[in-house]
Amino acid sequence: MGVGILSYGAYVPPTRLAFATIGGRPAKDGGPERAVAWNDEDAVTMAVSAAVNCLRDLEREAIDAVMFASTTCPFGEKQAAALLARALDLPRGVRTADFAGSLRAGTGALRAAADAVAAGSSRRVLVVASDCRTGAPGSALEMNFGDAAVAFLVGEADPIATLDAGFAVAEEMVDVWRTASDRFVHTWEDRFVVQESYTPLVCEAGAGLFEQAGTSAGDYARVALYAPDQRSHGGAVRALRLDPTRVQDPLFGRLGNAGTPFALLQLAHALEEAGPGERLMVIAVGDGAEALSFTTTEHVEKLAPRRGVSWHLARRRGVKSYDRYLKARNLTVAEYEPPRDQGLSATIHFRERDDDVSFAAQVCNACGAVQFPHQRVCETCFARDDFGRLRLSDKVGRVLTYTFDHFFPNPDPPTVVTVCDIEGARVHLQMVNCEQDDVALDMPVEFEFRRIHQSGGRPNYYWKATPVPEAGEEA
Amino acid sequence: MALDAIRDKVAIVGVGCCKFGENWDQSPSDMIVDAAYEAYEDAGIEKPQEQIDAVFTGSVYSQKGPHECSDALKLWKPVTSVSNYCATGTDAFRCGVMSIASGLYDTVLVVGYDKPKDRGVSGPSVMMNQVRDLPQTPASWFSICASRYFDRYGASRDDLARIAIKNHHNGTLAPKSFLKREITAEDYHRARIISWPFGLYDACAQTDGAAAAIITRADLARSFREDPVLVKGVTVFAGPNPQKDPHMDFLAWKPTVEAARDAWTMSGMEPSDVDVAQVHDCFSLTELLTYEDLGFCEKGSAKEHIADGDFELGGRLPVNTDGGLKTFGHPTGATGVRMIYENTLQLQGRAADRQVKDASVALSHNIGGHPTACGIAILARD
Repeated sequence: MGVGILSYGAYVPPTRLAFATIGGRPAKDGGPERAVAWNDEDAVTMAVSAAVNCLRDLEREAIDAVMFASTTCPFGEKQAAALLARALDLPRGVRTADFAGSLRAGTGALRAAADAVAAGSSRRVLVVASDCRTGAPGSALEMNFGDAAVAFLVGEADPIATLDAGFAVAEEMVDVWRTASDRFVHTWEDRFVVQESYTPLVCEAGAGLFEQAGTSAGDYARVALYAPDQRSHGGAVRALRLDPTRVQDPLFGRLGNAGTPFALLQLAHALEEAGPGERLMVIAVGDGAEALSFTTTEHVEKLAPRRGVSWHLARRRGVKSYDRYLKARNLTVAEYEPPRDQGLSATIHFRERDDDVSFAAQVCNACGAVQFPHQRVCETCFARDDFGRLRLSDKVGRVLTYTFDHFFPNPDPPTVVTVCDIEGARVHLQMVNCEQDDVALDMPVEFEFRRIHQSGGRPNYYWKATPVPEAGEEA
Repeated sequence: MALDAIRDKVAIVGVGCCKFGENWDQSPSDMIVDAAYEAYEDAGIEKPQEQIDAVFTGSVYSQKGPHECSDALKLWKPVTSVSNYCATGTDAFRCGVMSIASGLYDTVLVVGYDKPKDRGVSGPSVMMNQVRDLPQTPASWFSICASRYFDRYGASRDDLARIAIKNHHNGTLAPKSFLKREITAEDYHRARIISWPFGLYDACAQTDGAAAAIITRADLARSFREDPVLVKGVTVFAGPNPQKDPHMDFLAWKPTVEAARDAWTMSGMEPSDVDVAQVHDCFSLTELLTYEDLGFCEKGSAKEHIADGDFELGGRLPVNTDGGLKTFGHPTGATGVRMIYENTLQLQGRAADRQVKDASVALSHNIGGHPTACGIAILARD
């Protein structure tokens, strides 16, 4: 059958910044907006959420490689893929690699994953593309960008879509860039970028793919196409002689230009709708271009519904003011600079990573009680050092009690604070994606990996509770 | 174990307390001297270096450490420094009591103090030293019971308001209290929220302060003064963090329930014997839960007793007669000793406008940490 995609999942933050809000005007329903990663989110947290959605109901033990693609990994030196593997509680023997430096890194990772499976060096590879790019406040890029992540599980057994061919071209251009010390993305004059970089590269990659796959534009039922903006997207569709009705909506004005995962999110969006036997094309652009050709199989209809792009687009919450957006993205001036200290103890983080990152609880072998975090003595029967292990991150818990804290630093106070019961363990957790009035005793909750604070000038991660979607929305 | 082993063996013969408040012009030493010298005078001690055998001190915010008290008072004596969250003052007192009951010392000075107002912030700061258990703010720790308790027993912010109004009133009657201002239900409901359901008036006033007590062997007490106060029982209890306790129901604070059981056994008394009580009102709901957790009323019935005015001055069991942590102020390490100061005055008939008539048994109570630590002291007229 061949190597291909076994499953997919997406993550788009529910917080949406209306363009009207940026301009200080009241936001209208259905008006243009972009997805915004909130203050506790970044490329890594969104990647974990997309991966969790991809792996829902699937065995995690069989995954033997993780590839993470992003231009906005929070660390210059420290691997996101290894952090992802730990947060997803994957086996220790997993291969990990970060793909970076270009918005084309996502297709590069996907193709590398397929190559690894085809070569027999990996069996199941989790590929996650995620970006959280920041445009300078007030700039066109600020409105253009959108934050999101997408994940694919690549393997050989019963893929939903096989990867048939790929073609890449490399180019050296100073069109879109960000140096290691830059906070904001730069772009050269847009007509130069579109005329001399974007459009020719898309055409070159498309033509190369058609030749490689023995296909033509008319063979593709769905096309996922990166574009810097809506106008150049239209131009590329015409230049490639594609039928516009077969081209995926790039979601400008809804999600925004998601960067590295942008074209792959459109691929996931296409897979949500696709029937068997359809040809799909993806083209990503950045310092060259890469085009991939897929064919869906009969399994595309058998995969249990995923939390993909549509699911996330339907879940939105408007950012209340531009000022709150600026605070959430740390773009405001503070009275005091954050202290430049060591931050959290690395040795404590080392000892507690199974609790804080993998979110694993203990199950007492003597009495069966579940407790969190790990402790030497059972809080129920006082047995010592006799525990099994239980992953909490993929379970459903319930809110045992709650409060709304107006003291904790938060761009959108109050912070919802809960004690949740998860399989009998009691866990003190912040709760997100809810207003004060949405919180109720005993409400069911799921868990998302988030930044808890930036002590030491680096992201410090932990899990937060989030309401379980309404019945019928489980997807 | 003989919980009654210390009963009636130790007596309080002198108490002192500095003015609580934002004491910008006072160092910890200044306040320690105010409190200790008032206690010396109260006990008729003129030569502390000769008449005091040891010092037990407690502070949570001390920058200098255990010698701060020795240095302020120029005492060359054995010193023990205690830190046990909000039970710190009561624990220092307890250690002093046990040292006398053991026969080791005759007369001991207990000093609780704290100086949080040198930090430049109102109230406690948010601690970011871990990723779990955030926010680490006391308001959020203590408010976490509210949603469950309100849901189960039908209590509400209106009941909390009665407690805040009472403590604001009582504070106006205590000369050394920080806040001397009556509030109305309207003031209460208009104030900003700190951590739901706690608003500004549900939260106690964090202040500077120091309080002191001189305790001695019961058989020596009358050589100091004619109206010594006997220690019936004193205990401190600690347990695991309730936020991760798989058996926590969020309807009661277990440290109080556990400590109370021991305190009644130690003293040979029961809740109905108590005439006046100072309980830990770090937040209004803490005081409400404490009524029940100590056994002053049935679990879930506090709101009816609040409505009946049971815990107001002139009520069945006046609580926080000096305004409590709410308005007298809460210098963490001092608070337990300040309560013993107030209870001693009440038992000796020296509480002026806030005097509880014929008070013969008094209880004080602290709870602190997540909360994980509770201290209880029961005193009686000899």
